[in-house]
Amino acid sequence: MTAQLVVFYILGVATVLSSLGVVLTRNVVHAAFMLLVALLAVAGIFLVAVAEFLALAQILIYGGAVTVVVLFAIMLTRSDDQPRADHRQRGLAMLAGIGVFGLLVLAFVASDVASLGGATGVATDSGTGFENLGLSLFTDWAVPFEMVSLVLLVALIGAIMLARNLEDGE
Amino acid sequence: MLELVHFQVLSAALFSIGIFGVLARRSAVLVLISIEIMLNAVNVNLVGIAAFSDRAADVRVFGQILVVFIITIAAAEIGLALAIVLRVFRNRGSANVDELNVMKW
Repeated sequence: MTAQLVVFYILGVATVLSSLGVVLTRNVVHAAFMLLVALLAVAGIFLVAVAEFLALAQILIYGGAVTVVVLFAIMLTRSDDQPRADHRQRGLAMLAGIGVFGLLVLAFVASDVASLGGATGVATDSGTGFENLGLSLFTDWAVPFEMVSLVLLVALIGAIMLARNLEDGE
Repeated sequence: MLELVHFQVLSAALFSIGIFGVLARRSAVLVLISIEIMLNAVNVNLVGIAAFSDRAADVRVFGQILVVFIITIAAAEIGLALAIVLRVFRNRGSANVDELNVMKW
């Protein structure tokens, strides 16, 4: 039982429990804050896997931006009467979730990736550090990077156009 | 000893929690939150596989680059989707997915 494993277990349990809280709580605002906890725990998981840049991006984008946007949306779409938060097909949805989980775990255990000769531990060299990530992102992946930035720009302009109040006569 | 299968099982758990949320929730905002959980499950899987690969460093980093792209697309998706939800709420007075049946035959 190494320290790495202990940290991973703590963060994993925190992630799963807060994600369960997101989908099970009746209060919408509580769900948003549980999402924040889950996403920050995932950032910790990234740190265990020595992906510092992704952990930072996760905290900045999810912990900061996405949670705030979700809270704004909850605030603006608040209706007074919320008798139930779930569909009637809740039982069926639970069945689907458990079924997918069983199938995925079965596939992961049966596929036995370790036999393909991968590393037996998390690589702790600086291979996936900031320097390599940045170099790779701006050389091999420069065109997809520019395209994804264009997608982001178009999506945000579209979001502004959609959310704008057209009735104001502007 | 931390193994790849730990990351994979965590990813599977997050993904199925997300599926349950998408199918069971009524509020469109909560459905979108569940989709974010599913995207994070994919990210955990990719980061785990990138960390446990024995390739050279410049190949290993590709897993993390895919995660960068997924995070970007997820940010674009949540921004656009929440704008649509706001518009639907303004037009119909409700953001519950089971009441949005205008396009249903």
